[in-house]
Amino acid sequence: MVSPVNKLIQHFSKALMESIRDLAPIVVVIACFQLLVFRQPIPDLGGLLFGTLQVVIGLTLFIQGLKMGLFPIGESMAHDFASKGSVLWLVLFAFALGFGTTIAEPALIAISDEAARVAATGGMIKESVEEMQAYSDGLRFTVAISVGLAIVIGVIRIIKGWPIQYLIMGGYAGVVIMTGFAPPEIIGIAYDSGGVTTSTITVPLVTALGVGLASSIRGRNPMTDGFGLIAFASLTPMIFVMAYGMLL
Amino acid sequence: MMAWLMDFLDTLLATITDVLPIAAILFGFQLFVLRKNIRNLRQVLTGFVLVLLGLAFFLEGLEQALFPLGKLMAEQLTAPEFLGISGTAGDFESHWTNYLWVYLFAFAIGLSTTIAEPSLIAVAIKANQVSGGTVGTWGLRIAVAIGVAIGISLGAYRIVTGTPLHYYIITGYVVVLIQTVFCPKAIIALAYDSGGVTTSTVTVPLVAALGLGLSSTIPGRNPMLDGFGLIAFASLFPIMSVMGYAQLSERLARRAKTTQMRDKKCISN
Repeated sequence: MVSPVNKLIQHFSKALMESIRDLAPIVVVIACFQLLVFRQPIPDLGGLLFGTLQVVIGLTLFIQGLKMGLFPIGESMAHDFASKGSVLWLVLFAFALGFGTTIAEPALIAISDEAARVAATGGMIKESVEEMQAYSDGLRFTVAISVGLAIVIGVIRIIKGWPIQYLIMGGYAGVVIMTGFAPPEIIGIAYDSGGVTTSTITVPLVTALGVGLASSIRGRNPMTDGFGLIAFASLTPMIFVMAYGMLL
Repeated sequence: MMAWLMDFLDTLLATITDVLPIAAILFGFQLFVLRKNIRNLRQVLTGFVLVLLGLAFFLEGLEQALFPLGKLMAEQLTAPEFLGISGTAGDFESHWTNYLWVYLFAFAIGLSTTIAEPSLIAVAIKANQVSGGTVGTWGLRIAVAIGVAIGISLGAYRIVTGTPLHYYIITGYVVVLIQTVFCPKAIIALAYDSGGVTTSTVTVPLVAALGLGLSSTIPGRNPMLDGFGLIAFASLFPIMSVMGYAQLSERLARRAKTTQMRDKKCISN
């Protein structure tokens, strides 16, 4: 007889094995470079192994939590919004989700501080602490608003069933045009800001929201219509950050 | 042990502050707008706790073990002595073979960190579910990882040669547009998504260290201007590789089908 505890242990050890497999490549790459290229012993091997163990446990717990918490709530809320039938509330929710998850994103805080430093050295703003803080906060707000708008556009696209490629092409055209006018100092930061906005918690939630919406609305296909929200969230910040650089 | 516990609690606290606004939005809308009880509330809450604990362990472990070593390597690889750049700018020859190890490292780090990226795992799980198994979790993840690896190596090459970033990005856009026309319609949205998904917790810190190291070592590069842009490469190239993967598997499936039909014809004849 298989007891529930046994089953749980079995399940957990299987998940643990998967995490080990996911992380093995990084460990191999780092070990190979250290031993073969630099020809140096690995410093603090015990610490490295202990850290790797934590990463493995963390990844296992995260994936489990994802399946139990983030995915179900994202999909059930999408379903409830669809059956409620109020587009206004859905749009508000989409904006709040995009804005709220981005404004506190540590990677974004880091990159906007960096951008403020670039702007100060480039003479775009005065080199004082207050000016740089204001510039960095402004940039952070700009990106958060642009991600909020991106999720809104993405959700409306799912409701209307517009093909994604035309919207993305329009976005690319926007990026290219803005690149021609934006100050060169801001371009690298703007391009990078598209990549940093989507965090580890936002991605599963937003994906579940999109897929849930597309499967609740009749005539939408979760595969072709459900994905794409993240794509908008990584495109609009580029345009908005370049606009921010031009206006200031 | 005590020191570890304090570190861990710090990371846990930081993770909780990150998640709090998201949880507030979710539960706020659920209670006040949708006015519905959350289905399987206990399971969902357990899931949230697991996500918090998992992320805290994950980040703490990376911070303790892999990031210091990875960043140290990026610094060593881009050190002037390693690259054979002497102090005087005059005898600097930007011969690309000097940088072979840098490109190889960029490729390997891009590939391996992407495989471990939790948000990509999440999207791969969902895509596998939604497509009814047609999109394999590993197929998607490896396709994305190859895209990131190529992107970061090319990004490193750009920093070494000093060509403007937007030439590459705009060319990349054109390739993406052409591929969009020819690739199977079902994969387009997923492919576009995979660009934004790839660069998060694991990839960004290591890649940023590489970009910063390269742009501060190579004469004539300004870390402020040239250090950026690697992330942009890492989010553009997976779009191409995922569409390429879809095109390839479609072609293979079609060829398999035609050979199958030919075989059948032979048999029936």
